[in-house]
Amino acid sequence: MSSERAIDIETMLRQALAPIEPPEELQLRLENTLGSLVELAADELESWELSTLGDPKNWARLGRPAAAAVVGSAAAVGLVVLRTRRQRHRRRAQSSNVAELAVRTLRDGGREARRLLDDLH
Amino acid sequence: MAPAPEDPSPAGKARLDAEFSALYKAHLKDVYSYSYYRVGNHHDAEDLTEQTFLQAYRHFARAQRESDGRPLRPWLIRIAHNLAANYYRDRSRKPQTPIDDASTISATHTTEALVEDRDDLKRILECVQDLPDDRREALIMRFALGMDNREIARALGRTDGATKVLLHRAIKQLEDLVQKAEGPTEA
Repeated sequence: MSSERAIDIETMLRQALAPIEPPEELQLRLENTLGSLVELAADELESWELSTLGDPKNWARLGRPAAAAVVGSAAAVGLVVLRTRRQRHRRRAQSSNVAELAVRTLRDGGREARRLLDDLH
Repeated sequence: MAPAPEDPSPAGKARLDAEFSALYKAHLKDVYSYSYYRVGNHHDAEDLTEQTFLQAYRHFARAQRESDGRPLRPWLIRIAHNLAANYYRDRSRKPQTPIDDASTISATHTTEALVEDRDDLKRILECVQDLPDDRREALIMRFALGMDNREIARALGRTDGATKVLLHRAIKQLEDLVQKAEGPTEA
């Protein structure tokens, strides 16, 4: 009886907790976001390499950690903007006027930048 | 910030991005399902999924190095798990709805037909919400995501043995809760 019931519970759990398809809108948004980060990083890397190629002193060091740092800082700015944008619905709901919304947006932006810096250290 | 690849050349970066893209495609549904069953509504589940992948992107290179070739799904789910914990802590709240409304579920559920008008499934979901956090999460990972004991153990930071016990107790407690919810049964 008990093991029958356990099997029954497991079958029902499988049905009740069936996987959920993510909304298409979310997929599009995420792919855009990740795509922007990837492009941003690739662009920065490319421009850094071109400028470095022009200076023979840097040829030997090409492609070393400085590239990662440049790419990283640009992407970090992008990330702060994206994270701040993501909370816009909550801010709108909490704000009673445009001025308050602007203040909240600035505050969130500052908070996200601080968080990112904390993560980096 | 962008992941710092071991090989910072454009080719190395492109390879890393392609691998991350594959990870994203393979596990978007897992992360979303986990998030939904954790927070109980689609709006917050979307936020949580988005944050999970952004954070995963930042730490992808390191995770790959440290995974030693093992699948990265537990790592992704662990990120979602930590973010969900912060989500509750920051906003001092629990799931607003006991993953409830059959209407919400049936709108996106892959097994829509099964769930419709099934009071028993609804009751199971309500009882799942009454379980302690760790037990509820283990059940979500096992039954919504189909993770095995080892994967769940890695996601929760436990041993395989402790995870097996956790799942066993979760199912046992759930049985008791369902039984209570159904009322007295005939002898």
